[in-house]
Amino acid sequence: MILDAITMVLTLGGLAFFAAGTLGLLRFPDTHSRLHALTKADNLGLGLIVLGLALQAGTPGNAIKLVLIWALAMIAAGTTAQLIARSALVSNLRKDDGDRTR
Amino acid sequence: MIASGFDITVCVLLCLCALAAVTGRDTFRAIVFFIVYGLLISVAWLRIDAIDVALAEAAIGAGLTGVLLLGAFGQMGSADTMAREPRGAVLIALVAGAGIGAAVLFAVQGLPPEGAGLTAEVLAQLEASGVGNPVTAVLLNFRGYDTLLESIVLLVALIGVWSVASETGWGERPGIVHHARAGGTLQSFGRFLPAIGLVIGAYIVWAGSSGPGGAFQGGTVLAAVAILTILAGLVDAPRVTTRWLRWALVMGPGVFLGVALLGLFGGAFLVFPQAVAYPAIVAIEIVLTASIALTLVLLVLGPPREAPQ
Repeated sequence: MILDAITMVLTLGGLAFFAAGTLGLLRFPDTHSRLHALTKADNLGLGLIVLGLALQAGTPGNAIKLVLIWALAMIAAGTTAQLIARSALVSNLRKDDGDRTR
Repeated sequence: MIASGFDITVCVLLCLCALAAVTGRDTFRAIVFFIVYGLLISVAWLRIDAIDVALAEAAIGAGLTGVLLLGAFGQMGSADTMAREPRGAVLIALVAGAGIGAAVLFAVQGLPPEGAGLTAEVLAQLEASGVGNPVTAVLLNFRGYDTLLESIVLLVALIGVWSVASETGWGERPGIVHHARAGGTLQSFGRFLPAIGLVIGAYIVWAGSSGPGGAFQGGTVLAAVAILTILAGLVDAPRVTTRWLRWALVMGPGVFLGVALLGLFGGAFLVFPQAVAYPAIVAIEIVLTASIALTLVLLVLGPPREAPQ
């Protein structure tokens, strides 16, 4: 009963982060701030949901699998965020150069 | 109550994604919605406990096909908006789509509410198949020719991709040369992930004989690992004329065909006697995985290119 309540609080918290991240993705003006919003949703949102679900997993093995999914998703999200940020930076610099020479 | 609410939400989202993927003239948007559609479809398969199909859909339907479509989009250059279709064609497509939808609805209405399909027959014969996973039993034993033909279709697709290679590019390495910063984010990721990816891929293949998993799902994970190491510039793709590569590509369908022909001695084409069914299926799964993974990697990389001067 208490476990169920904790699960609900944690997953609802995760959903809140996802909602905020989505809002940021839609509303923020440039690539870097949009990435900032998105990675928070990925890390904290998914992390809270995984924590909440791990309490319901039954066996420690299943809970560890859930945490592994979170860890992998975080590593993948962090890497792609870096790559996107870098390529956005490079293309912005190129655009600035183009503006200056024109 | 909550469960049916979830199902209805997934169904509505599926319809919206499908609509967004086929309407509108922005190709990139269509691809993104197609990928989301594939992920939602795999959630739908999960909801009806078809974990094998869900895995295959997520790995191949959404993941691999998505990568192939994005790759093709990247090569299209400026021609990224579709031409407006003639109104007649849209009308015909609408009528045909509505007709098929109505026919499917009609057919689903006519199904018996419980115990539809061949589940009982498959479970009754499961012992004879040599494996514990009914889906694997169907795919590699009862209806083995489906999987055999699928593996050959993949090979034919790769021959199709290779056949558009330019005259001077033939015999070179497939795809473009990738440069990643030495020790940068992508290279570190490319060094770290294979350790986990190889274990998960091999596990999915091995699990296929007793639970959800199999050659196609595991092969896709292994292919993703290989593509990542090539993207990170850690490994060069092999030249398309490499002998071991050619052998590895035909090995899966070849061994499958060979075992199927051996079945002629036991009764008929593709018949595995119960005593040897388990080792035969596991052997086929393993070589098939290698061939599928390699084929998928080469499909994503594309035709061989001219070497830079």
